[in-house]
Amino acid sequence: MIEIDVVRHRKKFSIEVSISVEQTGITTLFGSSGSGKSTLIELIAGLLRPDTGRIVVDGRVLFDHERGIDLPPEKRRLGLVFQDARLFPHLSVRANLVFGMRRLRPQDRRLAFDDVVDLLGIGRLLARRPFQLSGGERQRVAIGRALLTSPDLLLMDEPLASLDQPRKNEILPFIRRLPDELAMPVIYVSHALEEVIRLSDRVVVLADGRVRASGPVEDILSRPDLAPLTGRFWAGAVLDAQVAPGDPGYGLTELHFPGGTLLVPRLDHPAGTRVRVRVRSRDISIALQPPVQSSVLNAIPASVVSVTEDDVAQADVVLDAGGSRLLARITHRSVAHLNLVPGARVFALIKAASVDRPSIQATGLSDLPPPETDHA
Amino acid sequence: MFALSPVELEALGLSLKVGLWAVVGSLPLGLFVAWVLARCRFPGHGVLNAVVHLPLVLPPVVVGYVLLLVLGRNGVLGAPLHEWLGWSFAFTWEGAAVASAVVAFPLLVRSIRLSLELVDRRLETAARTLGAGRLDVFWNVTVPLVLPGIVTGAVLAFARSIGEFGATITFVSNIPGVTQTLPLALYTAVQTPGGDAIALRLVVISCVLAFGALAASEILSRHVRRRIMGSGA
Repeated sequence: MIEIDVVRHRKKFSIEVSISVEQTGITTLFGSSGSGKSTLIELIAGLLRPDTGRIVVDGRVLFDHERGIDLPPEKRRLGLVFQDARLFPHLSVRANLVFGMRRLRPQDRRLAFDDVVDLLGIGRLLARRPFQLSGGERQRVAIGRALLTSPDLLLMDEPLASLDQPRKNEILPFIRRLPDELAMPVIYVSHALEEVIRLSDRVVVLADGRVRASGPVEDILSRPDLAPLTGRFWAGAVLDAQVAPGDPGYGLTELHFPGGTLLVPRLDHPAGTRVRVRVRSRDISIALQPPVQSSVLNAIPASVVSVTEDDVAQADVVLDAGGSRLLARITHRSVAHLNLVPGARVFALIKAASVDRPSIQATGLSDLPPPETDHA
Repeated sequence: MFALSPVELEALGLSLKVGLWAVVGSLPLGLFVAWVLARCRFPGHGVLNAVVHLPLVLPPVVVGYVLLLVLGRNGVLGAPLHEWLGWSFAFTWEGAAVASAVVAFPLLVRSIRLSLELVDRRLETAARTLGAGRLDVFWNVTVPLVLPGIVTGAVLAFARSIGEFGATITFVSNIPGVTQTLPLALYTAVQTPGGDAIALRLVVISCVLAFGALAASEILSRHVRRRIMGSGA
């Protein structure tokens, strides 16, 4: 477990956070700039000192105000990847990579140099100097350098924020593989919802130096009350689904999720691949009957959980489809006309074309056998 | 064609020896003082800064005289030193090196300090998170990054030492073969009737030495910078 309980008050900014997260997978600290997420990382890493509190990683006390414990950064056994790679310009890539590793007793070197270099694909860069690297390569070397200190926990402070989209796409898969392939837990700071969806197992939403919500990604992103923080335009639900076998034709792929099936534009993943699908609330409409002769391919039976009319003309309707949450953004007028009250049976209509490729992320192969298909 | 006479050779050798020792000897202290001035804020910061820069604005003769009062055979520190070791800085080439070091010290410190202030401290933070303690970071991150400044400062200080006259002649006098460096030999030649030819040769030697030092500085710092930035700029 990672227990973080810190308070730090300064004139400009104060932070008060108490969270406890599992030491597996990727935990994202999500929030806009000024929410305190980077400050929190610096407090954990020992670059800033909390006024009071306690920080424990895997049973190891890094900071305890009451007991007067405050380990310096170099003794915390944490890896930190910064937004700017911060490679040492006077050292080669290889020397940068082993900078922390050399300072570790050989018996504490849990990760092997070659494994890390292979995983990050930086083998051909070893003889170069930092100024000869692209932004993406630099960031991968920085990740490798932090990993090679065999930390108990890897902290990543917006490592992709200064990169363009292609470079981000180049690095994201490497980060996603860290927890599984190297057994390296990660705390990842981001203000980009896309990264949160693609990477994280759980999210801690921060605002004004306080924790607003924390939990599994699917739960947090489906909560309409958090939409102001997660971004209204992007508000929506995240479904964990699995690629179904067979080809439905017309360049489509069928996905199964606990609430039913979903047709989306063709994916290249093999059957059985687990994917995370993001459906924006503005792309879901609600009908009382399945549509006939309609272009909408997906009509998912669901029941209304709640209706929040907090806007001038629009309402957020939370739907439950076989245990999966869906979020629909419709007008007050439709809420009234369809008489949408909690418990009402409806159909959630989702255009297949609205679920674009960036909304679907493979998260790995399922350990369960692929589900049965209805149309064989 | 331009063969050096034994006297000239002696003066040149002595100049090089004094300059080299002045720089090597004052480098550790220079690095420390530069670091304190660049990184630490404390009451008396301004005073320390002024003291370090004093030799730059004081007439060298004053510096030499102060050295005589402090390190001379009857000086505040020089007397006990002479009592214990039976040795004194007075009238020795070591004394000449001390005089040169003091006069050149501000140049050394200034150059290193400027370089230190340009170091990206986030790199030092990164090194800390990689398991390096403060001293480790200083030697393995900070010092390599300020190497161009150290090289520039050392060469400037060396050049200033080579040209040092006033403090040296006041502190350790003008003894051929012992404390008579190039400028002092030149002074003697100018004072001697018919010494113009010798003086001219010493001027040429001094110029060549100065050019050499500056060229070496340029080549060295360019090399260091290319290693870091990948450009000779």
